[in-house]
Amino acid sequence: MQAFDYIAPKSVDEAISALAAGGEKARPLSGGTDLIAQLQEGRRGLETVVDVKRIPELMEISISADGLKLGAAVSCHTINANQAVRDAYPALIDSTHLIGGTQIQGRASIGGNLCNSSPAADAIPNLVVHNVSCHIAGPNGRRTVAVEDFCTGPGQNVLENGEFLVSLTFPKPPPNFGAAYLRFIPRNEMDIAVVGAGASVILSDDKETIQSARVSLGAVAPTPLLVQEAGDVLAGQPISEETLNKAADLAKAAARPINDMRGTIAQRKHLSGVLTQRALRIAIDRARGAKTVDELGRLNGHGE
Amino acid sequence: MANKTAVETTLNGEETTFLCEPRQTLLEALRDELGLIGSKEGCGNGNCGACNVLLDGVLVNSCLVLAPEIEGRSVVTIEGIAEDGELHPLQQKFLEHASLQCGICTPGFIVSSKALLDENPNPTEHDVRLWLAGNLCRCTGYDKIVRAVLDVAQNNA
Repeated sequence: MQAFDYIAPKSVDEAISALAAGGEKARPLSGGTDLIAQLQEGRRGLETVVDVKRIPELMEISISADGLKLGAAVSCHTINANQAVRDAYPALIDSTHLIGGTQIQGRASIGGNLCNSSPAADAIPNLVVHNVSCHIAGPNGRRTVAVEDFCTGPGQNVLENGEFLVSLTFPKPPPNFGAAYLRFIPRNEMDIAVVGAGASVILSDDKETIQSARVSLGAVAPTPLLVQEAGDVLAGQPISEETLNKAADLAKAAARPINDMRGTIAQRKHLSGVLTQRALRIAIDRARGAKTVDELGRLNGHGE
Repeated sequence: MANKTAVETTLNGEETTFLCEPRQTLLEALRDELGLIGSKEGCGNGNCGACNVLLDGVLVNSCLVLAPEIEGRSVVTIEGIAEDGELHPLQQKFLEHASLQCGICTPGFIVSSKALLDENPNPTEHDVRLWLAGNLCRCTGYDKIVRAVLDVAQNNA
């Protein structure tokens, strides 16, 4: 690897100073599963690596009356081991069990997955359907961005020079809320999504009608997509094959995929519809109280 | 830049201080600075698991950790798995089941399997195969490895 300086600040302010001093040649290090691999390949001309894992705010994982606060550098392993988070946000576990293998999950963070800003990132559609807010710090102070506005292109996002992600906040799940994330890959695990789909619903008190819904797709556009119209078409509708098909068709129409080594445009369009419908079904089951998830974080009985 | 820094860590249970460059990975520091050559470099980019170690008890690829990151932390490598000169049950069962041929992947498999049994002493075959999905072996076809891990788990039951 190329030579660089390594700094491990203990506070957000120290990290802001370190990143400011390093300018464009400085970058924060979270779990390193993307950044160190990129450094090994010579894809980053960095002179300073700022390890943010010694900053308490970036390692926080706590549930309060407001919801979940997740430090940007908390590893998937730590999330998977947190029973309160598993219980309150089972759909988040869909992603943390899918990102890499066991040893990647030991380091990889949800914040890092977001900041790497891959169109195929397995966490991002899930964050979108959870209405997550991204808390950013930088030389000009702090600001908050809705997660669906965070990514701006492949590997590109709203972070300005010197800014970094501090934490993510998940609103407290409202009553009758359920969510899910599914991806298609040609093998059982350890692969990059051909298509990923996140869905969330809020049901009526009798759990027969969808009050509101959100749908998000990965790997079908330069950024993960919030498919607003697919959620909107479900609002006020009874839960039925017909209504779910409408949402799936809109998701399919919203997908703007490319042909590449992982899949074709036609296959990805098709998968966008199928996965949207399946993710909605799991979200509905969870909203109705289903708790069990299998080892991939999926609801039992909904294997791909 | 590129000056060596001193890193203090607990390595296989012993307080250790070593010098490294920030750009060195933990794997490079283990092998080149500390002479612990049990951890292997297979791919060097987090795909094969041959360099797996426990960092504060959590399974990680040592090729995707910068050496200075382990300051103040605890690292267990394959060299720290046997205790008091006795093979760990996983090492013994890997021998009995002939779970290795060329042996390059074996340290990573043993460290990964130890991490699994530490978290889940009685895994199913499916649990073992899923947990070890990030460890690649080009010789054995995996079956003998899975059987060895399940044999150790059986004795835990």
